[in-house]
Amino acid sequence: MTKTIHIDGNTIPFKEGQTIIEAATAAGIYIPHLCHHPEFTAHGSCKLCTVNVNGRNCSACTFAAMEGQEVLNNSQELKADRQKITQMLFVEGNHFCPSCEKTGNCQLQAVAYHLNMLDSHFPHFYSHRELDASHAEVIIDHNRCIFCTLCVRASDEHDGKAVFAISGRGINKHLIINSESGLLKDTNIEATDLAAHICPTGAILIKHTGYQVPIGERTYDHQHIDQISLAVEQTDEN
Amino acid sequence: MKTKIRIATTSLGGCFGCHMSLLDLDERLIPLAELIEFDRSPLTDIEHCTNCDIGLIEGGVCNSENVHVLREFRKNCKILVAVGACAITGGLPAMRNFIPLEECLAESYLRGIGVENAQIPNDLELPLLLDKVRPLHEVVKVDYFLPGCPPSAEVFWTFLNDLIAGREPSLPYECVHYD
Ligand code: SF4
Ligand code: FES
Repeated sequence: MTKTIHIDGNTIPFKEGQTIIEAATAAGIYIPHLCHHPEFTAHGSCKLCTVNVNGRNCSACTFAAMEGQEVLNNSQELKADRQKITQMLFVEGNHFCPSCEKTGNCQLQAVAYHLNMLDSHFPHFYSHRELDASHAEVIIDHNRCIFCTLCVRASDEHDGKAVFAISGRGINKHLIINSESGLLKDTNIEATDLAAHICPTGAILIKHTGYQVPIGERTYDHQHIDQISLAVEQTDEN
Repeated sequence: MKTKIRIATTSLGGCFGCHMSLLDLDERLIPLAELIEFDRSPLTDIEHCTNCDIGLIEGGVCNSENVHVLREFRKNCKILVAVGACAITGGLPAMRNFIPLEECLAESYLRGIGVENAQIPNDLELPLLLDKVRPLHEVVKVDYFLPGCPPSAEVFWTFLNDLIAGREPSLPYECVHYD
């Protein structure tokens, strides 16, 4: 007999070993997320996928689906929590969307649009972060990094290069680059690496490509991230 | 005659792009003008605002004068609205927040290309710069936010019509942009 969980009252089948977000995606249910990627080991850091399971909040990308769970995903309360989490991500980094090449294609921005986030609510940190344009093809602007570790995981698990890592804790957490100089130009990263394309924000960009698609005609300018994310991740899983 | 909704507008550390976008309402300005009138605004040259229903503010808080104007708006407007990316996040002017103020001034007025008779402007009339550019909500309570750089005319239209009709304003997906 297939095992099932309930998400917002709907009965959803799952396979042993699946997380809640995997079962949801397979069933066509979107749970907002940024650090989760179906191809890589879960990281559970952004907390955007927070759902309520049997009365407690937990991360859908790390929590295993188990027989009979009652999961809330679409409540007003969770929407409010996720909006606050997104606002925190915005004020902790320096996200100047009007000057960012990724605008309109950015998942951080798209999640915020999806949640109807109109302001940043908290005081901005304006913390000083570096920009590394030393590499001929790939640029990294640390101002926009949300420490999701997708580039770390993609470089390790897919490209086999280990170009990135996270160092420090809490407020001192930062992304480091695996070269003696700490610069991207002294690593073996290439523009064709998955790690150079996987960043959900505008932190890692490919040079000379930024404005090939005009603002206003970009992925999330007219389409919600839920539909796009499901379409992409359901194909990934098959 | 029904009394008109009184609106005050100003640009603090902004580029007037948000004001231009309001004017992009084009022919829709005519029916709107039946319902609203402008108080203090660059469009009227009235110097101080008094008893307004709505205050629309573009631009972040960059200097001491911006703080005074913002407080005057808060005191005199029932509903205060942060209009555009700069009012909401500090915007592009806030990119100076990572550079010490002294260095910013030196770069513009002492070392800048083509500068003659180099000196940091220091007239008593000039408002003092804040060490960091701040969004409005870090200085006063803000009631509504209209994101965008600038928010499109559609955003102003949707928002003002909702408010005037007494509805809780809400922006559909197409109206929410940060760029
Ligand atoms: S650079 Fe991008 S992909 Fe890498 S940790 Fe930061 S936000 Fe994530
Ligand atoms: S997607 Fe689950 S914590 Fe980031």
